[in-house]
Amino acid sequence: MNNIWGFTISSARVIDYDKNDRSFAQYMTDTVPSSQLCIGCGGCTATCTAGALTDFNIRKLQMLVKRGENREAGEQMHKCMLCGKCLLVCPRGVDTRRMIFAMLKYIDNQKL
Amino acid sequence: MYYDPFVLPFMIGLNILCIYLVVTYVRWIRSFSRADRHTILKNMISIKTLRACKEIFLESLVHHKIYRTSPFLGYMHMCFGLGWFLLIVVGKIESLVYHTSLFNPPYFAIFFRFFHPANEAFPHSNVFAFLMDLILLMILSGLALAWFKRLYSRLLGMKRTTRHRPFDRLILTVLWLIFPVRFLAESFTSGSRGGGSFLTHSAGEFFASFLPVESLSYPMWWVYSSVLGIFFLLLPFSRYMHIPTEMVYIFLKNWGVKQGRKFTAISKFQLYACSRCGICIDQCQLGSSLGLTTTQPVYFLKKIRHHEDYSQEIDNCLMCGRCENACPVDLHLNLLRLSQRKDYTHITKNTYTYIPAPRIPKARVAYFAGCMGHLTPGVIRAMRQLFEKAGIEYTFIDEQNGICCGRPMMLSGNYNAASIVVERNRTAILNSGAEILVTSCPICYTTFKENYHLNLKIMHHTEYIAQLISQGLLHPHASELRTVFHNPCELGRGNGICESPMQVLQAVSRPVPTKYDGKKSLCCGGSLANLHITPTQRSRLSEDALNAYLSYHPDVLVTACPLCKKTFAKNHHTVPIKDIAEIVAENC
Ligand code: SF4
Ligand code: SF4
Ligand code: SF4
Ligand code: SF4
Repeated sequence: MNNIWGFTISSARVIDYDKNDRSFAQYMTDTVPSSQLCIGCGGCTATCTAGALTDFNIRKLQMLVKRGENREAGEQMHKCMLCGKCLLVCPRGVDTRRMIFAMLKYIDNQKL
Repeated sequence: MYYDPFVLPFMIGLNILCIYLVVTYVRWIRSFSRADRHTILKNMISIKTLRACKEIFLESLVHHKIYRTSPFLGYMHMCFGLGWFLLIVVGKIESLVYHTSLFNPPYFAIFFRFFHPANEAFPHSNVFAFLMDLILLMILSGLALAWFKRLYSRLLGMKRTTRHRPFDRLILTVLWLIFPVRFLAESFTSGSRGGGSFLTHSAGEFFASFLPVESLSYPMWWVYSSVLGIFFLLLPFSRYMHIPTEMVYIFLKNWGVKQGRKFTAISKFQLYACSRCGICIDQCQLGSSLGLTTTQPVYFLKKIRHHEDYSQEIDNCLMCGRCENACPVDLHLNLLRLSQRKDYTHITKNTYTYIPAPRIPKARVAYFAGCMGHLTPGVIRAMRQLFEKAGIEYTFIDEQNGICCGRPMMLSGNYNAASIVVERNRTAILNSGAEILVTSCPICYTTFKENYHLNLKIMHHTEYIAQLISQGLLHPHASELRTVFHNPCELGRGNGICESPMQVLQAVSRPVPTKYDGKKSLCCGGSLANLHITPTQRSRLSEDALNAYLSYHPDVLVTACPLCKKTFAKNHHTVPIKDIAEIVAENC
């Protein structure tokens, strides 16, 4: 039926906001309100110590959490070395490092 | 036999207190690790014990460190500490001279004027009476100051005094009653039966002129004995527990027991040794810049002691060390805070397998810029220039694929994760075959020294540049720039490096002395140890610190930490903020 419009939806690529668990995202917004200020510029990722060596991407990590893709986020975040560089370059004053702490704590509690 | 039932409250209180203290301390000491107990036994019979006695005299009695903060406050504490001590010692000697037996009951000296109201003279009895009056006057003057302090605490060089619980207020009242009551008891006795000296004798005559001192003196001795007894009974549950605990702590400290990163028995001693003097309050920029007034050590330790919720305070500290530097009891406040931070990451050795094995060229000198160094390329450029000028062959450990030193993780309590990062860097450094490791970042510097167990010389670039200049390898010329130096927390307070930066700055500029020099420097606000405040709060803190420095109107604000430089420069653009290496490189 989708073919009427000339494209199909590959279910593997669908992000279903209604089904995803957004409690993690809500928790992050509550504990680190500045996470809402992110404009996705990627400055944090460009400077990231861990990101320079592996595919760890702090900007993407934020996005994953906001979309409720918690499992993937949980697998990624431990790669961060907590060095704090991202915090210093963010033009929007997002408390990236504290966000990671918040995530780690959440994961520790939830055993995601 | 000298005895009267009124001594009972005093004796009961004193005995219960002594038993309680001995039992508590023995219990704590028994929970020391085997290594600690061994250290204690080894050092017990050595010069260290004498040193501890000297320290107890200077700290617990004379309170000489409090004088640094405020002479008034120092005098006040000395009046109580030393005064009370002398009252006991001189009183004891007096009673011994009179009684000539070493074994008179402890209350005899305390209530000497009751048992011996100068009916008979004994050798130097007048001198003793004079001394005892003088000491009592000294204590009373301290008491007056303490009252005064309550009213006008600002005048004494402190902005705030500590907030107290009702219970604390009760025991404070009891303490404040002790000496006025003693004064009245002695005066009344003197008024009715003679004795005393310039203070109690005159006061006795004065009271006798309008009061029935004869019938008042005996009840007054009862009151005196009772307030002493009550004070002793309340002491273990109040902040005055610091009096005996501090002394034991000083011994343990001198015998070599160290506060580690875990909360152990020595932490307990420190917890109770805090006198709640409140000196740490004014040091804390979280208070002065952000108005946060629950996180300073005095409150933090109190919350731990009373089992209140202190989860936020655990995270909310810059670990700048300003409070620790000022604390008259010499408590390891940073480590105590750190001991409360839990490791909640699930990081294993495999987490960091992505870090490539470094291939480092060999050289005698190794340079490590650190994460923050890489965030300020100007510092690295300056260091390269200086190495070249001085003709030093060096290898750049983290030029490519550099990783964090691990300290930010440790500061958040995650030692487990940090140990893996540490191992990676350590291998790289050892593979370089270097004899000297130079780093630009004071944070890395601290970790290298404390956690890497490297058998080579570790230098911050400030020290290294100072050495190059004194060896004649660098010839900077003195410029006319007025410089103010911001000593980074980890460099000055953390590692005691205060001389080298000043030598270097003197060689290249005209440094302006400030009241924040050396260990009194401010925190730039960039500290990675604070896991609580927001970036906006950070900016406010750093702005305040910056303005404090800029009030000396320097041409350049110089620092020696890439993180400080970055933090300051983030919010400010009129006065240039430079690293000490950059200033030297510009003038070479
Ligand atoms: S703190 Fe973590 S996310 Fe931020 S720059 Fe460092 S390694 Fe990257
Ligand atoms: S630097 Fe700041 S604004 Fe840019 S992506 Fe990272 S968190 Fe978002
Ligand atoms: S921590 Fe030190 S400075 Fe602060 S109140 Fe206690 S004894 Fe005083
Ligand atoms: S270490 Fe610094 S921020 Fe922390 S309580 Fe002490 S003075 Fe305040």
